[in-house]
Amino acid sequence: MIIIVTILVAVMLAAAVAAFVFKELLSAVLAACLVSLIASILFLFLQAPDVAMAEASIGAALVTAIFVIAIKRTGKREE
Amino acid sequence: MRTTVSIVLLAVVILGFGLSLLDVPFAERKSQIGDYYIVNGRDQTGATNIVTSVVLDYRGFDTLGEITVLFVAALGLGAVMAAAGGRRERPSTTEPPSLVLRTGTNVLFPLLILFGVYIFVHGHLTPGGGFQGGAIIASAFLLVYLCCRERRINLARKTAADSLGGIVFVGLGLVGLAVGSRYFLSDFLPKGSLDTLFSAGMIPIIYIAIGIKVGAELAGVIDDLLEETE
Repeated sequence: MIIIVTILVAVMLAAAVAAFVFKELLSAVLAACLVSLIASILFLFLQAPDVAMAEASIGAALVTAIFVIAIKRTGKREE
Repeated sequence: MRTTVSIVLLAVVILGFGLSLLDVPFAERKSQIGDYYIVNGRDQTGATNIVTSVVLDYRGFDTLGEITVLFVAALGLGAVMAAAGGRRERPSTTEPPSLVLRTGTNVLFPLLILFGVYIFVHGHLTPGGGFQGGAIIASAFLLVYLCCRERRINLARKTAADSLGGIVFVGLGLVGLAVGSRYFLSDFLPKGSLDTLFSAGMIPIIYIAIGIKVGAELAGVIDDLLEETE
């Protein structure tokens, strides 16, 4: 269990840094989506299924979609 | 010079925060209220899911505030989008969606709606509730927008569902106030027996209202954003 959590947290941190570093905005949004997804799995491990469901449906799905639409409307790369 | 001063100031601030946190007993229980909810929540509210008993009963007024925040945010987005230039009709140059996406949407859309409704109808029994169920319903509409560009939600019905959810929530709270309790959103309906669908007084009704409202609002947000791109 602790190994799984360690791997998940490591991937989550890497994804968070990647979301910050990436210049391609679509990649950055997908990295942020991965952060939300892993956060929801961690919430599940912490026995908070209510928060996990909210995080997965809003953080991973809807927010990502809204960001993707916004990128489509504006520019694809960070200036 | 300025850089040095900034670094020194930052160091002072961080040191101050660190020193002030030294006395905070992390991971120790300071508040008794959580234990009180865990022990008495089921009997007092009739909701098996303790999170729901806190969200809709003990802290129901906060939830009304959350709903209001979401409503104002959706309203603001709609206003900004309307001010940004209104509807621009452009000939659709996007290629038609693939067969996989269309078939998947046709199969998944009713299932997603059903799942969302299940989540908020059973909010007092199983994990989840109005917000989660509403978000799942909105993601079903997002899938439809991805697949079939020409389809739109009916804006009049969306507004009606949105308003109905809010009216039911506030109306039930006011009825609870009028029926003889001393506070807003007090539960005046019979509790029923624990662990059954028709239990927990007015919690399921409010969660259904919240689910419909959140679903309509989030679907409206996606609709507002997509309307401009095409």
